[in-house]
Order: sequence, then C-alpha cells, then structure tokens
Amino acid sequence: MNIVVCVKYVPDATADRRFEADNTVDRVDVDGLLSELDEYAVEQALQIKEKRADEEIKVIALTVGPEKAADAVRKALQMGADEAVHVSDEAIAGSDAIATSLVLAEAVKKANGGSVPELVVCGLASTDAGMSVVPAMLAERLGLPQVTQASVVETQGDQVRIKRDGDTATEVIGGTMPLVLSVTDQSGEARYPSFKGIMAAKKKPLETWSLADLGVDAGQIGLSASWSQVQETAARPPRTAGEIVKDEDGSGATALADFLASKKFI
Amino acid sequence: MSEVLVLVDFVNGAVKKPTFELLTIAKRIGTPSAVFIGAADQVGTVAEAVKAYGAEKVYAIDDTEIKGYLVAPKAEALQQVASGKDVAAILLPSSGENKEIAARLAIKLGSGLITDAVDVDADGTTTQSVFAGGFTATAKVTTGTPIITVKPNSAAPEQSAGAGEVETVAVTISDAAKTAQIVATQPRQATGRPELTEAAIVVSGGRGTGGNFEPVEGLADALGAAVGASRAAVDSGWKPHSFQVGQTGKVVSPQLYVANGISGAIQHRAGMQTSKTIVAVNKDEEAPIFELVDFGVVGDLHTVLPALTAEIQKRKG
Ligand SMILES: Cc1cc2nc3c(=O)[nH]c(=O)nc-3n(C[C@H](O)[C@H](O)[C@H](O)COP(=O)(O)OP(=O)(O)OC[C@H]3O[C@@H](n4cnc5c(N)ncnc54)[C@H](O)[C@@H]3O)c2cc1C
Ligand SMILES: Nc1ncnc2c1ncn2[C@@H]1O[C@H](COP(=O)(O)O)[C@@H](O)[C@H]1O
Repeated sequence: MNIVVCVKYVPDATADRRFEADNTVDRVDVDGLLSELDEYAVEQALQIKEKRADEEIKVIALTVGPEKAADAVRKALQMGADEAVHVSDEAIAGSDAIATSLVLAEAVKKANGGSVPELVVCGLASTDAGMSVVPAMLAERLGLPQVTQASVVETQGDQVRIKRDGDTATEVIGGTMPLVLSVTDQSGEARYPSFKGIMAAKKKPLETWSLADLGVDAGQIGLSASWSQVQETAARPPRTAGEIVKDEDGSGATALADFLASKKFI
Repeated sequence: MSEVLVLVDFVNGAVKKPTFELLTIAKRIGTPSAVFIGAADQVGTVAEAVKAYGAEKVYAIDDTEIKGYLVAPKAEALQQVASGKDVAAILLPSSGENKEIAARLAIKLGSGLITDAVDVDADGTTTQSVFAGGFTATAKVTTGTPIITVKPNSAAPEQSAGAGEVETVAVTISDAAKTAQIVATQPRQATGRPELTEAAIVVSGGRGTGGNFEPVEGLADALGAAVGASRAAVDSGWKPHSFQVGQTGKVVSPQLYVANGISGAIQHRAGMQTSKTIVAVNKDEEAPIFELVDFGVVGDLHTVLPALTAEIQKRKG
C-alpha cells in the first residue's frame, strides 16, 4: 500500500512574511520551509508504516510549489519518507486552494501509478494561507471520504479510527480506506531527521513533474484562473504603544481596574 | 433580488448567534434564506428564531439519514438546495466542519471560496485577516456562486421581520457520502461560561499560571468572560485542547482579551491579535505580549489577578 503525504513549502512564520505586487504570497524572496503542521502528517504516515511492519508500505511525500519547495519534500525524505514528488510549473504561481487541490489530486493518482492510493495524509492547515480546506477539496476531487483533524490515529486492515477534539465534543470517527486523513499538532511530536536519515535521503527518488506531466491544462491553474481574487493587501497598522505599569503593592490591579472601567468593561 | 443562503448553526435546537450575524450580512447582498439541516421537530423553533433576523425562507432538511456522517452529505444537501435557484452567495459560520462543507461544495458547484472573512460588503467583497493578523486582505469570488465562511463577531446582529416561510427540501444523499462516520461522541462538559469564539471578553492563562487557573477563572467570572489557554498550558494538561487560543486552537476576536502568564509567541498571536482591546499581566517586562497591549501590568498574576477581581467586585457593588 502507498501512503501519499501532502506537504507544503511555506514562508517562515517567525521571519518576515509579505505579499508581492500582485497580492500573492511572496514565496521566493523569503525564507521558507516545510510547514511545521505538515511535519505531523509525515510523522503519522511514518508511524502507520512502522506499526504495520509486516506489510509493504511506501510513504510518498508530495508538494506543489515553486522551485525551492523541493526543500519541503527533501525534509520529509530525511525524516523517513521513501519517495518524493515535487510538482513545479510557472503556471501554478498564485493558484488558490481550488486550483491547488486539482493539481494535488492528479499528482496523488500519478504517484500511485494512476489510481487513488489507500491513504492520503495532510496537515491541519498550511501555516501561510491556513484555510484548512485542501484536504476536503482533495477528498471531493478523488471521490473519497475524509477524516480530519485527528489528534489520535489508529489503523487496522482497511479501517481508520481517529479521535478529534470537535467544537462541542470529543469524537471518535471511523472510515474505510481509501480515504483522506488530516492530523493536528496534538497527534504526536514529529521526529527530527537523524544524521543517517539525512545521508539516506540523498539517495531516495525525488521526481519533478510539470502540469503537462500530469495532463493538467495550464489554463485551469494559476492566478488568472483562480476562482477568487485578492484585491488588496495591507500590513495592519502597528498597534499604538500601550501603557505599561509595574505592579507595586497592589497598584497594578487598581491601575488595570481603572483602565477597564475607562473602556466600560466594568 | 437573488437569494443569499445562510447555513444555520445550532446546538440542541437553539440557533447560535453567528447565524444571526450572517443573516444580517446576507441582507446587504440579497434576500436572506436560512438553511437548516437538522431534526424535523426543531424546524418550528429554528424558523421562529431566524425569521426575527430577516430570513424570508427557511429550507429545512431532515438530517435523520445523514446525522453522524460528517460533512460530505451536508455538502450534497446544500448543493441540492442551491441548484435551480438564483443564489447570490452562500454564507456559512466559520468552523472546522463548516469550512470542510464549504470546500466540498465549492468543487461541486464550480464556485470560488473565501474562508474566515471578518466582513462582507454588499457586492460580496470580503475582508480577511491574514499572516497571524499581521495583514488584512480584501478579496472577491470571481467564478460561480460566492461561498464565504464568516468568523463569529463579524457583524452586529440586526433584527428585522422576515416571512420565515418554511420549505421542506427532500434531498438524496449518495452512498459514497456516507463512508466516514462518527463512532462515538463524548460531549464536552458545559463550563457555564460563554463560548470561547463568541465571547465578548476572553481571559487566558499560560505557562505562567504554573497550573493554577483559579486566578484566571476568578477574573473571567467577574467579567462574564470565556476562559482561554496557551498551548503550553494545554500541553501541560492544565486545560483541554478546546481551550487553546492560537494557530492550532481557536481564533478569537473579542472586545477584550486578557493574557495572563503568556509570552506572546507568534502562534499564540495568530489566535488573538485582532482582539479590539488587549491587556496582559506578565512578570517579565520584556515579554513580547507587551508589544501588543493597550494596557499591561508587569507583575505576578497570582497577586495581581485576585486583587483585580476583588476590585471589580467592589466597584460593581
Ligand atoms: C506548529 C505550532 C503550533 C502552535 N500553536 C499554538 C497555538 O495555537 N496556541 C499557542 O498558544 N501556542 C501555540 N504554539 C506554541 C507557541 O510557540 C508557544 O510555545 C506558546 O504559545 C507558549 O505558551 P506560554 O506563553 O503560555 O508559555 P511561555 O512562552 O513559557 O511563557 C510564559 C510566560 O509567563 C510569564 N510568567 C511566568 N510566571 C508568571 C507569573 N507568576 N505571573 C505572571 N507572568 C508569569 C513568563 O514571563 C512568560 O512570559 C505552537 C507552536 C508550534 C510549533
Ligand atoms: N501546495 C501544497 N502542496 C502540498 N500539500 C498542500 C499544499 N497546499 C495544501 N496542502 C495540504 O493541505 C493541508 C491544508 O492546507 P490549507 O487548506 O491550505 O490550509 C496542508 O497541511 C497540506 O497537507
């Protein structure tokens, strides 16, 4: 069985992030990396493979993104994925989630030899756009169920059971493979690549595909083909410096109460 | 005028406030219609509630067959409600589940999708807060029927009488949509406090509480606030994950956010940076949270918060 893990290359959230003149996220001139939240997806895919050691399981890391996005799948290979695919094409720049999910869907199938794989694993959300919609879109396009936002994942045969902390309840959700799974940062710490892993990764297959390789019409993809357009982006005006007081003998509480009263919160 | 479909968010038959906010927004764009996917015996109460906020129609879909099958059947149901109608937009309250319904619906309808809008104009232009609240972006759906998920507290609900005409819609759900299901549910214990994402005031605690949330909860109750937590507090097991504020927790935008013993990491900011007024209590004057605050107290939360709570109670009389 093949497990395809979708990982995104994103601008580093702790560094400077910005938009290009056309209001797309600047992905080229900023520091980027494998989205932290997708490391958890790689980790769960690897754990499933390890727990089912008597089966032949291949973990394939897949990313859609600019040239540098190869770093994201390379990291996944270092963590332990077996193979990697990087879909890269000038025409992809500025794609919205809908177009991205189309490219991912075709790539997922091609990576599995033309059919839908048993398991597609995604992260909770990308740390840049953060929509949390690509897994559901991918499931819709592949005609699969989705079990999402898992904090605990268990598989047995073709059965998948997850635990999810929903808005009003904790739920156990079950599904039958093939399906799309997404996992949260509660699902278990992601491993660091070992020295051995880093060396081994250099010899693992990493394929680069264009839209033509996937048989996807470039006219359906990219900024101009997106079904929604960003019109304007603006840095939020910096918050005006607030008043900061040191607490001495209870003075802090009184000052804070005065502030809250002045804002009519008390 | 074209219809604007609003998916009703409810708990135990009671319609939740974000639905009224969305009906208010819908009125700017067209004629509001509510879509209720739920128990047949609750249609009456739901219709009464949404009618008061201007719903002209209430499309009722009995969920007996689809309950427990997560989002795929609901996307199919919404597709069937929308088909053949002149629909200007479809609005859903932003939540994990609703965003997934919207995602599947967008592919089915061939429509663009915008998530987590904090405002929507009459012409469907949305405002979003992006990059951990560091930027605002305006956007518009350019293909198909705009599907927009809107965050709680994005509009003040305005009452206006609608016809509230109930139309029962029979939908056919494919077997393929019924392949992932809820096996067990453990409802969360009611805290008796407002819900985190909807609350006007949120009081949060972090690692600095040392695991003692009493001062935080005491202040929250004095202010009628919801209680939140940083991931450090959640990871330590002091609060369940449902309390977490931040990138991988809840995103809140209350009138007042009070951060106690929280350093203000970027991932935490992502969940609270758009709060109207921000206050922090932290013993480290260098803590990054102080860059965000309107008012900050450098001090020990274990003494400042109880004193503040007492002061508030005294002033309230
Ligand atoms: C992928 C990813 C996702 C994440 N998602 C989230 C998220 O959703 N939400 C989130 O919150 N974090 C998230 N984090 C974690 C985040 O990076 C921080 O580690 C976390 O927010 C720190 O929590 P804290 O501020 O409570 O703890 P600390 O950073 O340890 O800060 C504790 C603060 O308490 C102060 N303090 C200590 N004692 C007292 C006292 N007695 N009185 C007053 N002040 C005191 C200290 O001065 C310090 O500033 C995420 C991280 C990653 C990598
Ligand atoms: N360009 C991409 N390449 C690979 N995987 C992606 C890409 N975009 C999104 N994903 C996957 O979809 C998840 C949710 O993304 P999003 O809907 O953008 O928040 C991510 O955690 C990834 O697993």
